[in-house]
Amino acid sequence: MPAKTKAHRIGLFVCHCGLNIAGTVDIPQVLDAFKDAPAVLVALDYKYMCSEPGQELIRRKIAEEKLDGIVVAACSPTMHEATFRRNAESAGLNPYRVEIANIREQVSWVHAKDPDAATRKAIEVIRTIIEKVRYDEELLPFTLPVVRRALVIGGGIAGIQAALDIAEAGFPVLLVEREAQLGGRMAQLSGTYLNFESAGDLLAQKLDALRARPEITVLTESEVESLNGYVGNFTVRIRRRGEDQVQEASVGAIVVATGFDLYPMKQLPEYGAGAVPDVISGLEMEALLRPDGPTGGRVLRPSDGRPPKEVVFVQCAGSRDPEHAMPYCSKICCMYTAKQARLFCRQSPDGQAYVFYIDIRSGGKGAEEFVQAAMEEERVLYLRGKVSKIFRDGDKVIVWGADTLSGQQVEIAADLVVLATAVVPRADARDLAQRLRVGTDAHGFFNEAHPKLRPVESLTAGIYLAGAAQGPKDIPETLSQASAAAAKVLSLFSRHELVQEPTIAWVDPELCSACQLCVPACPYEARRPHPWKPLVTVNAALCQGCGACATVCPNKASKLRNYTPEQVLAMVDVLFAPAKAQEGA
Amino acid sequence: MSSPIDWRFMDIVAERSGQPIATCYQCRKCTAGCPTAFVMDYDPAQIVHMVQMGERRALLSSQAIWMCVGCETCGTRCPNGICVGRINDALRQMAAEEGVRVGAPAIYQFHRAFLNNLRRFGRVHEITMIVEYKLRSLDLLSNLDLGARLLLARKLPPLPQVIRRRQEIARLFEAAGAHAAETPEGRE
Repeated sequence: MPAKTKAHRIGLFVCHCGLNIAGTVDIPQVLDAFKDAPAVLVALDYKYMCSEPGQELIRRKIAEEKLDGIVVAACSPTMHEATFRRNAESAGLNPYRVEIANIREQVSWVHAKDPDAATRKAIEVIRTIIEKVRYDEELLPFTLPVVRRALVIGGGIAGIQAALDIAEAGFPVLLVEREAQLGGRMAQLSGTYLNFESAGDLLAQKLDALRARPEITVLTESEVESLNGYVGNFTVRIRRRGEDQVQEASVGAIVVATGFDLYPMKQLPEYGAGAVPDVISGLEMEALLRPDGPTGGRVLRPSDGRPPKEVVFVQCAGSRDPEHAMPYCSKICCMYTAKQARLFCRQSPDGQAYVFYIDIRSGGKGAEEFVQAAMEEERVLYLRGKVSKIFRDGDKVIVWGADTLSGQQVEIAADLVVLATAVVPRADARDLAQRLRVGTDAHGFFNEAHPKLRPVESLTAGIYLAGAAQGPKDIPETLSQASAAAAKVLSLFSRHELVQEPTIAWVDPELCSACQLCVPACPYEARRPHPWKPLVTVNAALCQGCGACATVCPNKASKLRNYTPEQVLAMVDVLFAPAKAQEGA
Repeated sequence: MSSPIDWRFMDIVAERSGQPIATCYQCRKCTAGCPTAFVMDYDPAQIVHMVQMGERRALLSSQAIWMCVGCETCGTRCPNGICVGRINDALRQMAAEEGVRVGAPAIYQFHRAFLNNLRRFGRVHEITMIVEYKLRSLDLLSNLDLGARLLLARKLPPLPQVIRRRQEIARLFEAAGAHAAETPEGRE
């Protein structure tokens, strides 16, 4: 496919970028330098080359002069390389014969105080890029087939929603859940906040919908053991607990929805956690409030089974606490504490609930009103301050805290204490992340590709994130992210093939000695020794064209397309022998 | 604060002051604008919070409730429609009724002298009010020069002007209840 002929009808297009470039670089002098350059048929400038008239100028010149290569001297290639390549392609020029000479970020902006030097440097940069384009091959992007089946890891509400959305579009889904039952954390909850709707009922609706989808295969008591491959074509190995047999499956996209844990109570000894039976976590309180829970939904003390009168809720138990390595806010506790306090007060009219808090964070629709109603309707007493110590005294649990609003020390003889322990990643989240080759943050939550612009993708193409595995989230937020992740999967599945950039590595079989130095050098695991021939092969789908293999290869057998040693040497030569290069052919 | 808390206190104060005390979320706008907060032992936002917490004794014996001048800036600005000035009024009445040790005795005696004077004449007669206040507070010698200047400037009429229909003032005092009258006395 690559044309062997060198480009010999080259066009140079110099952009002013308003005054960004032209204010520093002397454009007429630059154009003059290439007036008689060999094989440069056209040297033109324009105010904004990326504008439609600028692009139209390039297209016209390609056609008129039958150009077979162009150099656009303008901004960084990360800005507009794709724009100019598309434009050239529409005029019939191979897009890989379009190169950018960066004379803005690397010239005019950094040398604004020395216009003469900037002009000289612009000329040299352009001169090297003309050499590069001379040797550029006319490449064609290639395509890879997409396996249109998804893997969803985690059968909580996030995984269920993602699986449902993908299945409803007609694609098969493999839903892998570690526990024996689907439902995750939502199955452990009582009423949900804002309207006290039963979490169990809401979950049951989703599970009914899930069972009605023949596209979804549920694998419970199973875990992902390893993952190979790349976007559109992963191979996953799934092990069922207690069985030696490992199931292998091909999938094109993956949604990670493994949920969260709570910070272990025993890490909070000053709160009597673990030692005092009537100090419990928020999830244990959910079990007491759940109609299908062990107490039938009645709040009873774990120690003696009696209903408590005075219940103290402690928010930020571990959260917003850099000393416990959790400087972040767990986000859901303000709301579920208000909900638990209200549910308790509703079932115990003579009971009293206290909430210790640092701040109340109740953003969004109806949330602030919900917390305010806890104070006004259920008379929950909110005390602003942290609890310093919780200990047992007879059948009471004594809580020492502060109320910074009245400036007082507070002592409450409670019957039950509920700690809103911090939301933390699953203990083995980092292991899974490594197996999937996706990143985690400092705490172990899965990392999104960009905190603002790409919040549901991981940095690994084809792997998406949903729910609290990526960071603390409540149910509606989790469902939003799950549906968004499913939309990403479906957009991938809307194609049968993926287009891959051809500017990647290849191995010259004549030169390769199969020393395999390049195999560990590749950061993308794209290289593998050939099963029987004495050479190393490149997995074109995994290769990102970084060039590590080319650098490490002693025989120069490993090469990057359109970044060959000949090209680079020609670019260097032209710098050290400018007169010769200009006299040229 | 000690548990269990006394919600009845908040209910009583809310009822007597007519203020929705439970709605306070402690933004402290009332305190930021209060002209007398700087001399209060508890500022207006703390007063509301302490009512919620049932801090009866601390509040009724505080001087803050007497430092309030009732300008109602707090109530004008409160996003939840709470007038702390009116809460202070209710707390002052309760302090007087319950005979607690008053946190600002001189101000309390001034209130008494003012109300007695009003009851007697239907409007304030400064000289008799000042005499009663000085006897009550036993602060006999302060501000004598100011009094002399006011007399010379004819700002202090020697005789009281009694209003017509004094019985209506009497009815007002009756309606306001016993605590507005001379008895029982707050202990100092």
